[in-house]
Amino acid sequence: MSAADHHEAHHQQGFWRTYIFSTDHKTIGIQYGLTALVFLFFGFCLMLLMRWQLAYPGQPIPVIGGLFSDATMPGGVMLPEFYNSLGAMHGTIMVFLGVVPLAVGAFGNFVVPLQIGAPDMAFPKLNMASYWCFFAGGVVMLYSFTAPGGAANSGWTSYPPLSDIATTGQTFWLIGMVFLITSSLLGSVNFIVTIIQLRAEGLSYMRLPFFVWAQLVTAFLLLLAFPPLEAAGVLQLMDRLAGTSFFLPSGLVVTGDVLQVSGGGSPLLWQHLFWFLAHPEVYVLILPAMGIVGEIIANNTRKPLFGYKSLVYAVIFLGFMSFIVWAHHMFLTGMGTTISAFFQTTTMIISIPSVIILTVFFISLWGGRIRFNTSMLFALGFLPMFGIGGLTGLPLGLSASDIPLHDTYYVIGHFHYVVAPGTILALFAGIYYWFPKVTGRVMSELWGKVHFWGSIVCMNFIFFPMLIQGLMGVSRRLYDGGASYDFAEPVIHYNTMMSHAAFALAVFQLPFIINFFVSIKKGKKVDDNPWHATTLEWAAPSPPPHGNFDAIPKVYRGPYEYSVPGAEKDYSPQFEAEA
Amino acid sequence: MSEPGTFFHLHEEDPVEAYENFKLGMWIFLATEVLLFGGLFAAYFIFKFIWPTVFEDGSSHLNKFMGGLNTLVLIFSSFSMAMAVDAAQRGQQKKLVRNLAITLFFALCFIVVKGFEWGPKLSHGITPGSDVFFSVYYMTTGLHLLHVLVGMSFIGLLLARALKGRYHEENFGGVEIGGLYWHLVDIIWIFLFPLLYLI
Repeated sequence: MSAADHHEAHHQQGFWRTYIFSTDHKTIGIQYGLTALVFLFFGFCLMLLMRWQLAYPGQPIPVIGGLFSDATMPGGVMLPEFYNSLGAMHGTIMVFLGVVPLAVGAFGNFVVPLQIGAPDMAFPKLNMASYWCFFAGGVVMLYSFTAPGGAANSGWTSYPPLSDIATTGQTFWLIGMVFLITSSLLGSVNFIVTIIQLRAEGLSYMRLPFFVWAQLVTAFLLLLAFPPLEAAGVLQLMDRLAGTSFFLPSGLVVTGDVLQVSGGGSPLLWQHLFWFLAHPEVYVLILPAMGIVGEIIANNTRKPLFGYKSLVYAVIFLGFMSFIVWAHHMFLTGMGTTISAFFQTTTMIISIPSVIILTVFFISLWGGRIRFNTSMLFALGFLPMFGIGGLTGLPLGLSASDIPLHDTYYVIGHFHYVVAPGTILALFAGIYYWFPKVTGRVMSELWGKVHFWGSIVCMNFIFFPMLIQGLMGVSRRLYDGGASYDFAEPVIHYNTMMSHAAFALAVFQLPFIINFFVSIKKGKKVDDNPWHATTLEWAAPSPPPHGNFDAIPKVYRGPYEYSVPGAEKDYSPQFEAEA
Repeated sequence: MSEPGTFFHLHEEDPVEAYENFKLGMWIFLATEVLLFGGLFAAYFIFKFIWPTVFEDGSSHLNKFMGGLNTLVLIFSSFSMAMAVDAAQRGQQKKLVRNLAITLFFALCFIVVKGFEWGPKLSHGITPGSDVFFSVYYMTTGLHLLHVLVGMSFIGLLLARALKGRYHEENFGGVEIGGLYWHLVDIIWIFLFPLLYLI
C-alpha cells in the first residue's frame, strides 16, 4: 500500500480520471468485470422470466408480472413476441455482454499485464476506448427494449430474412453489435501487442503462464472472426435502412403479400458470415476459462501442469482449426455431401485438441496434494461439466445425427453445458482466485462453498433434462416449451422441475453477491501471495499500485515450478532467482 | 499517433520503442480491415456466381474512365505517401510537408471524382436498392470511401504535426504508421476497381 500512496502523491488525478475514465489496465479490468457481472445477472433474469412461461405456459407471473407494460405482459401473462425478445436478448447479452467481457475484458485486462510483468497494456488509451465502446453497446442493447415492438426478437443468431423484416429492435441490435465488435477489436489488438512486446526480461514464450497463452489465442480469434460479422451486420443494416436486398430473396411473401424489394439476396450468406464469427466465438468463450482452470489446478495441486507444452500446442492448433469448422452449424441448409464431409472431418479433428487440454488437466490432478478451496472446487467442477458439453457436441458435428437433433433442446443443453456450468464456473473460480490480488482480501470460504454446491447441482437439474427433451425431438424457441405437441408429452413435465432449479440457482447466487461486496470491505486481509503461487502477478503488491510492480520483475524459470525436489518451500516463483 | 503520454514518461520508455508497439498494432489492425472487406468480397463473389447477368449488366453502367482515373489518383497518392515516409526518415522537413500535402490533395481528387460518379447515378434513380450488383457496388465503394475519409484525417494530422517540425530522423514512426494505413486504402481500391468495373 505504501507504494500506492507514494505514487498518488506524484500523480494527482481527479476522481473522474482515477475511477471512471481511467487508462490503468486494472481499473479498466474492474470496470469490465463489474459491468459484465451486472449484464450476466440481467441476462439470467430474462431467462428466469422465460422459465416461468415454460413451466406454466399462459399463467400470469406472480408479483413482478404486474410491473410490465401491456405491450409485453398484459395482466402478467407473457406475449409470444415478448418471449422471442427475451430469448434473443438472453443469448446476445450472455455471450457478448456477459461472458466475453468478463473472460477477456476483465480477467484478460487485469491479469495479463501482471502475469507478463508489464506496467500496463501497450495502448492504455485504446484500452479505455475499448471499455467505453463496450459500455455504449450495452446501453444500446438495453435501450432497445423500449423500441416499438420491443427488443430484437429474431434469435441471437439474427437469421434473415426474418431479421431483415423484424421490428425496430433489430436495428438497435445491429448498432449495438457494431459497438461491441469495435470494442473487441480494439481490445484484441491491444492484447496481442502487449503480450508480444511487453513481456518481462526472461519471460520467453514457453515460460508464459497458460492463462496468457489462452488469452493470446483468444485475441487472435476475436481479431480475425469479428470483422466478417461486422461486414454482415452492416449489410443487414443496409437491408433494413437503405433498401438493399443482400439477404432478401426475390418473391418473399410476408403475411400474404409479396415483399416489394429488389430481391435476389441470399439468406445463406448471413449464416456463413455469422458462423464464421460465431464458431470461433465459442472458443473465445471457452479458452480464457481453460486458462483460468489451468492456473488454479497447478496452484492447488502443488505440482506442475502435466504436459505444459502439449497444452500450448493444443491451444494454438485449436485456435487455427476453429476457423474451418463453421458450417457444421448449417448441415440443414441443403449443402452437398462433399462440403458436409469436409466440415464433419474438421469438426472431429478439432475435438482432439479439446480432449488434449481436458486430459492434461485431469492428469495434472494425479498424485497431487489437492487443496479443496473454493476456487479449486469451481475449477474441478468445470472439468466434468465441460466434458459433458464436449461429448454431447460430437453427435452434432456429424451431419447424419445432427439433422434430427438440429434446433432441438439437445443443442441448447449441449451449448449450455459448455458455457454455463463450463465457462461460468471457471469464471467464478477466477473471481475467487484473483480476488485477493484485486482487493488485498479473500472472500469467505464457507459462503463460497455454498455458492459452488448450490450452483453446480442446480445447473445440472436445468441442463441435463434439456438433452433428454431434445432427443425426444422437442424444438427450441417454442413459446409454450412444446406443450402443444403430442410427442413432447412424456418429457414436457420436466419443464416445471427445470424452472424450479433455475429459480433455486438464482437464490444460490445471493451468497456470492453478498460475499463479493462484504469481502471487499470486511474480508480477511492477506499478504501479496496468499495462495503461494508462482506466477508474476503475485510479485506485485495487493492491490497493485499504478505501474504494478515496486521493482521491474525479472523471470528466472517456468510458470508452474511447484514442489521442486530440494527446494526450501513447495513453490518456486518465476520472479525469485535460484538460491 | 498520440504523443508519448504519461504511460511512457512513467515507465521511462523510449518513444521509438513505443512506436514499435504502434507499428505492430497497426499491422494487426490492418488484418482486421482485410477481413472486414473479405466479408464484402465474399458477398460479391457469391452474388456474381448466382446472378452473372445482373453483374454484367450493372458493370456496363459504371463509368470506366472515372474508375480508372481514381485508380491512377490513388496509386500516385500511395507514391507520394511513400516519398513522405522516406523524407521523414531522412529528416527532410520541406519534402515531408510537400509530399503529405500532395497525398492529401490526391485523396481530395478521389472524393471529387467519386462525387461526379455517384451524383448522376443517384439522380438517375440508380440506388443501393436497385439490384444486387448496385447494392454490392455502393456498399463496397461506400465503405472504401469512409476509409479514404479516415485516412485523410490521419494524413491531415500528420501534416499539421510535420509543419510544427515534430518528425525527424529519430522520430518518424507516426508517418510510417499513417503510410501503412494509406497503402491499405489504396490496395483495397486496386481490388475493387477490376472486380466492379472491368470483369
